[in-house]
Amino acid sequence: MTDKRQPRTAALFALLGAALVAVSAASVLLGAMSIPFSSLLQLVGETLGVMPEGEVPSGHRYVLVHLRLPRTIFAVLIGGALSVSGAMMQGLFRNPLADPGLLGVSSGAALGAAMVIVLGFALPVYPLLTLPLAAFIGGVLATIVVMRLSFQGGRSNVASMLLAGIAINAVCGAGTGLLVYISDDEQLRSLTFWTMGSVGGASWDNLPYVALLAFGPVLLALPLAKSINAMLLGESEAHLLGVNVERLKRVIIFYVCVMVGTSVSLTGMIGFVGLVVPHLCRLLFGADNRRVFTGSLLLGAIILLSADLISRTVVAPAELPIGIVTSIVGGPFFLSLLYRSRRGGMF
Amino acid sequence: MLAAFTFALLCTAQSWAGSIVDSTGATVESKDPQRVITIAGNVSETVFALGLGDKVVAVDASSLFPAKTQELPKVGYYRNINAEGVLSQSPDLIVTTDAAGPPEVLEQLRGSGIPIAVLSAAQTMEAAQKRITQIGALLDRTDEAKVLTDKMASQLAAVVKPETPPKVLFIYARGAGTLNVAGTDTSADAMISLAGGTNAVTGYEGYKPMSAEAIIEAAPDFLLFTTRGLESLGGPEGVAKLIAIEQTPAGKKQQIIAVDDLVLLGFGPRTGEGVQELSEKLQP
Repeated sequence: MTDKRQPRTAALFALLGAALVAVSAASVLLGAMSIPFSSLLQLVGETLGVMPEGEVPSGHRYVLVHLRLPRTIFAVLIGGALSVSGAMMQGLFRNPLADPGLLGVSSGAALGAAMVIVLGFALPVYPLLTLPLAAFIGGVLATIVVMRLSFQGGRSNVASMLLAGIAINAVCGAGTGLLVYISDDEQLRSLTFWTMGSVGGASWDNLPYVALLAFGPVLLALPLAKSINAMLLGESEAHLLGVNVERLKRVIIFYVCVMVGTSVSLTGMIGFVGLVVPHLCRLLFGADNRRVFTGSLLLGAIILLSADLISRTVVAPAELPIGIVTSIVGGPFFLSLLYRSRRGGMF
Repeated sequence: MLAAFTFALLCTAQSWAGSIVDSTGATVESKDPQRVITIAGNVSETVFALGLGDKVVAVDASSLFPAKTQELPKVGYYRNINAEGVLSQSPDLIVTTDAAGPPEVLEQLRGSGIPIAVLSAAQTMEAAQKRITQIGALLDRTDEAKVLTDKMASQLAAVVKPETPPKVLFIYARGAGTLNVAGTDTSADAMISLAGGTNAVTGYEGYKPMSAEAIIEAAPDFLLFTTRGLESLGGPEGVAKLIAIEQTPAGKKQQIIAVDDLVLLGFGPRTGEGVQELSEKLQP
């Protein structure tokens, strides 16, 4: 089985890698402002030192260097992080419907963001960091509460984790609802847009955080795939295979919390990606998490980049929130997959 | 040679620069702007009122007046603009208010080096006049701006307020399912008091849904809507059918009035007209 699959898998990975390169190039080349290819070429040449300083209109330079390039890298990192965290959650819960939202991290982050938007705090030194920080803290706190409630005597119970997650989502949802109630028109619009997501806030200043906190755990998680495979057989079976199950669960939850907390705090809510990309990867590569994780990393980046490209070109010069794009395009596609694989027993 | 010299001279004579200190404390300099993007309904309205509508190349989705704004590219709703979309219209001046966002995008726009003036979004007569003065200063229309603000001041001074201030309840409506009532600290509240009424609702800030009981308790003498809001409810006849309305003094006397949305709530150059119109409608 493995032998037969190997060449096909390799070819698929190569294809995904090539697609990622192509979409990244498109993301830098296309946008609301029409910038000729020559401007980009000139800019790259200058940066590499192979071309003399030439004429690049300063508007083009700014858009390419300070808007599109960081945004493209940002979308790749966030797309990878959201998808791999989804794959990890599905492995942890042994359930294809699991997503990071079950840990309360998204709803906690939303509550933190709503507090900043509606109550209007601002850090005196870095006012722009207030919202991401509050959202991150909200996400982490919600996850800690869920963990506390589901770990008893050093052992965790996945069922009570699920219930605790549902409860904390309800509590955070109520808190956000209360803030929506006291918000004025403009705050409400801001909050609504926040819940539909955007990667438009990408800048060279926040990229290091994304690389370290959202994407760092992705790389650390890839080697865990084999142990998570063992978990698919059941916790006691995994234990017999020499996997420290309790430790693995905590590590997964810690990584997911940091990855998703960071992503959500900087982009708002981008639904769907974390749930669906791992599914697509299982269709492409089979159930082995080693391939599902790597595939999710690549495919998640491709999908989020493409969604962002659509979001910022389709109604240009305005922008469609990316969460709407991922759902409009992804939802029906996913439905058709479900329909076609209904008899095949996809799960 | 002489022609070239004269031309150069003419150019210097024509090139012109204005500067203001905006609401963020930044000094904004504009140099003879030819491509202006206005991101706020009242800012767009002001630039058109100053006779410079032909220099506006794009507006935000809340800029609905004058009708000519509808032909321009839209850079999105003012709370949700994106940097590249704005820059793609190659502006040489961006004028907006501190209600615009998200903040990261304003930061990105500042980084582009194109002058961006962030005016106060406050909904008071003074703030409205200051916006007009500042926009005039940025666009070399100082005198015209003064004409507009003087006109607003004289319209305000000419308002004949009702002898006893009637209680006015403003309902922000989009269909019968969404009736939000203006509390304190709203533009409707400010307009009601400028026109010589009192807001029937003082218990909270902002716009909130209100229960039928609370509306009866507030006992408004007038129900105020925006024109589009009243239309969405099927006009005064539709409103009269709403639960609780017939139990209020306003419902009994059929005192259901409306003023154009942007005139009433926009705090742009037509604010004086709006106050006049409202005070006339509030006469018993």
